[in-house]
Amino acid sequence: MSLLELTGVTTGYGHFTALWDVGLRVERGEAVAVVGPNGAGKTTLLRVISGVLPVRAGTLTFDGAALAGRPAHEVVAHGIAHVPEGRRLFPTLTVADNLKMGAYLGRARKHYAETLARVYALFPVLAERRTQRAGSLSGGEQQMLAIGRALMSRPRLILLDEPSMGLAPVMVLRLFDLIRRVREEGYTILVVEQNVRQVLKLVDRAYLLEVGRIKMEGRAAELNDQDFVRKAYVGL
Amino acid sequence: MIDPIFLAEAAVNGVLLGGVLALLALGLNLIFGVIDIVWIAYVDLVMLCMYLVYFLVQVYGWPVWAGGLAAVALGAALGIAVHLLIISPILGSAPINQLLATGGLLFFLQSFATFLWTTDHRSVRLSLPSYDLGGIFLPLTRVIPFAISILALVALYLFLTRTFVGTAIRAVSQDREAMGLMGANPHRIYLVTSAVGGLMAGLAGALLIFLYSVHPFFGGQLGPLTFMICVLGGLGNMVGAFVASFIMSEIISIAGVLWSTEMGYVIAFVVFIVMIFVRPGGILARRG
Repeated sequence: MSLLELTGVTTGYGHFTALWDVGLRVERGEAVAVVGPNGAGKTTLLRVISGVLPVRAGTLTFDGAALAGRPAHEVVAHGIAHVPEGRRLFPTLTVADNLKMGAYLGRARKHYAETLARVYALFPVLAERRTQRAGSLSGGEQQMLAIGRALMSRPRLILLDEPSMGLAPVMVLRLFDLIRRVREEGYTILVVEQNVRQVLKLVDRAYLLEVGRIKMEGRAAELNDQDFVRKAYVGL
Repeated sequence: MIDPIFLAEAAVNGVLLGGVLALLALGLNLIFGVIDIVWIAYVDLVMLCMYLVYFLVQVYGWPVWAGGLAAVALGAALGIAVHLLIISPILGSAPINQLLATGGLLFFLQSFATFLWTTDHRSVRLSLPSYDLGGIFLPLTRVIPFAISILALVALYLFLTRTFVGTAIRAVSQDREAMGLMGANPHRIYLVTSAVGGLMAGLAGALLIFLYSVHPFFGGQLGPLTFMICVLGGLGNMVGAFVASFIMSEIISIAGVLWSTEMGYVIAFVVFIVMIFVRPGGILARRG
């Protein structure tokens, strides 16, 4: 049984259907990417998995538990941490308080000090800046904080939404290195990215999403790099 | 020319009043900052708590501290009730509906209080000693409420900054959806916020009954001033509201000695209107 499994998932906003009949699975310990052009529904896909958006049709199971229809705060309790688009930090709270909120759940709160030490070891810059307001960090640091905050809940699956968005090219490379390290710690990752070339070096498998439908799926190494990249960017 | 000692005494009285006003303003501002709804009837809840202390202490002979604790408990219960019965069902609706709903509660509470207890003014007077500090008259009946208010505000500060739930309350006010992704049920955080805000209304009521007499329209007496303080400090800005409480209480207190209390309110409102134009985001808002 896969860790995460979506079958026939359909969702949308109002009269608009954003995802049609999406099937997707993530195995334990795997890193999976969803790529596709702007507006393909990548962010929507992560939002429906984490319970921010309701599932209209289809099933969504995580480690055997049916999660369709559960609100976001219950999905987190099952072990899914969502690093949302645009990071969504608490800007006037300190770095340390942002991380503390990541450990809000009872289960995570018990291991708060221990998890915090692990996150600081992974992102030493966050330890240096622990008393600074989150809003005063650079874009790359903010993305690290957003990932660190997600790790604080001790998740079994991390959803990453466009981690490279808005970052300078040098920072993008550093960030992908850091995500690789998070992977090596044993976390399962589902990442949505525009930066197809970089993300394909990071993951085991990838899906191509176009206008709300899964169009292609394959192992990252086997995928025709050129063709895949072209489709992902241009949608042709 | 007025004797400077009277001005000094007015300034001290301003500080003493400011502490209790800060308690009122921060309770209201906490709820607004987190839930984004102004409880128009906030000071009317305070009024109910004042009546409770009056009846328990003056009529049934309870000790003052027990009456005060009962008022705090009633305040918290009222906060929860208002949230569950009135706020929760209209959370997603238009702001004007939310104003009308809490405004409706105000008229309901005023009329119901008039029906139950008539428009008589009732007060609890304690005979406590006063101190003379170099010519400045310091009545304990004002010093004790001030001290309790400051202690309560320190406790609120520690709650909001040191505990998981308190930090979550601040986090929800910045990004409700993101806090849901942290595993917190936003509705439960709203409920805790309303209970804390109500608790502060109860404590304010327990202190105010020893300074003012209570009547069904007490909300009209301090309500506008409380909203003014919140807006002056910046809606949702706790530090701003704290500072604004003392600015307003000093204006009222000093102008009260120079001219009259009414003139104090006139000047306070003029200052408020001018500040709305000069600093619409509140006195501590960042420029830009």
